[in-house]
Amino acid sequence: MSNNTANMKVVEGSYAIAHAVMCCRPDVISAYPITPQTHIVENLSQMVANGELDSEFLTVDSEFSALSVLVGVCAAGGRGYSSTTSQGLALMYEVLYNVSGLRMPLVMNVANRAMGAPLNIWNDQQDSIGARDVGWIQIYAENVQEAVDATLQAYKIAEDRDIRTPVMVCMDGFVLTHVYEPVELLDKEKAREFLPDFKPEHILDPARPMTFGAFADPSTYTEFRYQQFEAQLKALPKIEEVARQFEESFGRYYGGLIDGYFLDDAEIVIVTLGSVVGTVKDAIDAMRSEGKKVGLLKIRSYRPFPVQALRKALKDAAVIAVMEKDVAIGGEAGLVTDLKAAFYSSSIRTPIIGFAAGLGGRDITIKDIRKIVEKAEAARKGDLSEFEFLALRKEIL
Amino acid sequence: MVIKAGSLVDPCSTRITKTGAWRTFVPVFDHEKCIKCSLCEIYCPEGCIHQEEGLFIPDLDYCKGCSVCANECPRMAITMVLEEK
Amino acid sequence: MDNSLLAPGHRACAGCAMPTTIRLVLDAAGPNTIVVSPTGCLEVTTTPFPESAWCVPWLHSLFENQSAVASGVEVMLKRRGKDTNVVIIGGDGSTFDIGMGSNSGMFERGHKILYVCYDNEAYMNTGVQRSGSTPFCVHTTTTPSGSQSQGNPRPKKDMPAIALAHKVPYVATASVAYPVDLRRKVKRALEINGPSYLQVNAPCITGWTFDAGTMIELARLAVESGLWPLLEYENGKLVGVKKIRRPKPVEEYLKLQGRYKHLFKKTECADMLSQIKDMAEDNMARYGLVD
Repeated sequence: MSNNTANMKVVEGSYAIAHAVMCCRPDVISAYPITPQTHIVENLSQMVANGELDSEFLTVDSEFSALSVLVGVCAAGGRGYSSTTSQGLALMYEVLYNVSGLRMPLVMNVANRAMGAPLNIWNDQQDSIGARDVGWIQIYAENVQEAVDATLQAYKIAEDRDIRTPVMVCMDGFVLTHVYEPVELLDKEKAREFLPDFKPEHILDPARPMTFGAFADPSTYTEFRYQQFEAQLKALPKIEEVARQFEESFGRYYGGLIDGYFLDDAEIVIVTLGSVVGTVKDAIDAMRSEGKKVGLLKIRSYRPFPVQALRKALKDAAVIAVMEKDVAIGGEAGLVTDLKAAFYSSSIRTPIIGFAAGLGGRDITIKDIRKIVEKAEAARKGDLSEFEFLALRKEIL
Repeated sequence: MVIKAGSLVDPCSTRITKTGAWRTFVPVFDHEKCIKCSLCEIYCPEGCIHQEEGLFIPDLDYCKGCSVCANECPRMAITMVLEEK
Repeated sequence: MDNSLLAPGHRACAGCAMPTTIRLVLDAAGPNTIVVSPTGCLEVTTTPFPESAWCVPWLHSLFENQSAVASGVEVMLKRRGKDTNVVIIGGDGSTFDIGMGSNSGMFERGHKILYVCYDNEAYMNTGVQRSGSTPFCVHTTTTPSGSQSQGNPRPKKDMPAIALAHKVPYVATASVAYPVDLRRKVKRALEINGPSYLQVNAPCITGWTFDAGTMIELARLAVESGLWPLLEYENGKLVGVKKIRRPKPVEEYLKLQGRYKHLFKKTECADMLSQIKDMAEDNMARYGLVD
């Protein structure tokens, strides 16, 4: 972390994000209100109203339209921004594929929230993990500062000529959007140096009347998809590079694709993402003091999935325990299946156990994490458990 | 052909496809009867009838033989004829 | 030489009214125009990768987001100080039904966008299924005529009235058979500082089933029978009505089309026919179509 505390302020997470977005200078912000994203866009509209931010703010009829507006903005050469969560992200689903397929470098903060039914406004990550295959880059933030910094980095990654892929900056709803904590707000001028103006190669222009979004038949569709696949692979080193450039400019770095905590000698590694990382670190501190060699691997980039980085970082672990706030009903869950797939096509045969936790805003406690470690210890002795729901209240079933 | 990311395409490029191959009947113009009202040109779905040196001529590279021109000609100066191929 | 802004070589059916409609619209709008189109016959027949029939900048995103996408384009152009026409051209399925939410948003936000609906009165691209625009008694593949059915049981949705209810300052209907009227309306719409809606009757040879050569004749009959009045509203007021010089009986229009064939075969359809006649007469009286 930087020692420069001049810009350090205790603010609400949503304000910090709005401030970061202001520093990214979007031409157009288009958003539809949904809890817990609302404070982000309310702050942005106030900034526009106060003349602090020179952007057009469009109040639209739905999340579907919010993202669709940005398709037009981007095609006309503008930088676009939106933010949403949960049902809103689901309503955008069709547009998500379209934005990535049209190679539009938009950035969106997702204030992660559970999906209904039953209706639930609290945090988990079912919404964005469920959209893992839509062709967007997904970066998960542990705290408000990371979400702020990732928002600026996201535009630099997205708009890179070799990448041209939209980015979701995922941050846990309420936990990060509504928390007041000390944050170093971005310096506008430094942000401008870091992120130059958006200058796309092709825009809608009568002087050069290109057709955008022609339909592709079976003879070319595969290649369009491959181009997106390739761009995500190219994004792996780019995300790392941009994180390092950010460190040079702003003095903060949290790992590019992944980050670790007591990872080097860890025998049991908990793999997770988002704000629960803080709780896991506390649990690890406690268990380390008891002599347990437990470590943490934090996923920062879930898409592209950092297969090589994960293999390298986890090759010496005895057991890997994946804890995530989503479930692929009828299967297991997103992260654990991705990790298993990444390892099965290598020579690594470390046991991997998976847990759904913190669904619909339920707290994940240190006790829960100890439970995971117990299961991992059992797995180490050969007693491998199947995917399970952590802290399931069997008494009310 | 190299694909451009985002399915980007150059303008007016369907010209390379000669839809005249779809045609069964071909319009034959009687220029003597023509009063130059240009309705054939306006209504042609292909936009392939143009005036050349004062005469309305269908571009048979694209004419699909729909016969809208023949139907709309107020002087019945256009006849659809089965095309020998 | 050809200076059309829609190139030949597109894949529309022989005798389709859509490309003629589009050429007339583009002809009136000129090259300083950006077009946004939803999914549909238009998109599929004019942009088979790596080709495009469009000679103006053109953008396709989805079936139901054309109005939102065009709003984004318009906002960006304004921001950059560019005076370029933004025109949406879409079919009735995306206009009347699936795109209604984003259409309503665009109308209500007051973007300076001309929305042109080429109305062929059903989902033609997917194989002639009923849309909200399909008229009463029309046989489609999802409202087929049969022993228990006389075709579409509901009248056509009044989309111009929906646009008017949004206080859209320019709303008009037009027909592919009346090119001078159509071009004039496009030009007028583009002068309006706000949204405009133009609904153009565009017969579909596949869905309506008629002899290809009669496409324009049919569109003209729709107007002359009183079933497709050519109207023009400015700021909510009816300012233009195209008078019918030679009114035609509705049967003359209906009989040329396969989609109404059952009405003339089944005796129990007599009542349906008289209801369609009533619709035409109602239009004649309401708008003073005949002097």
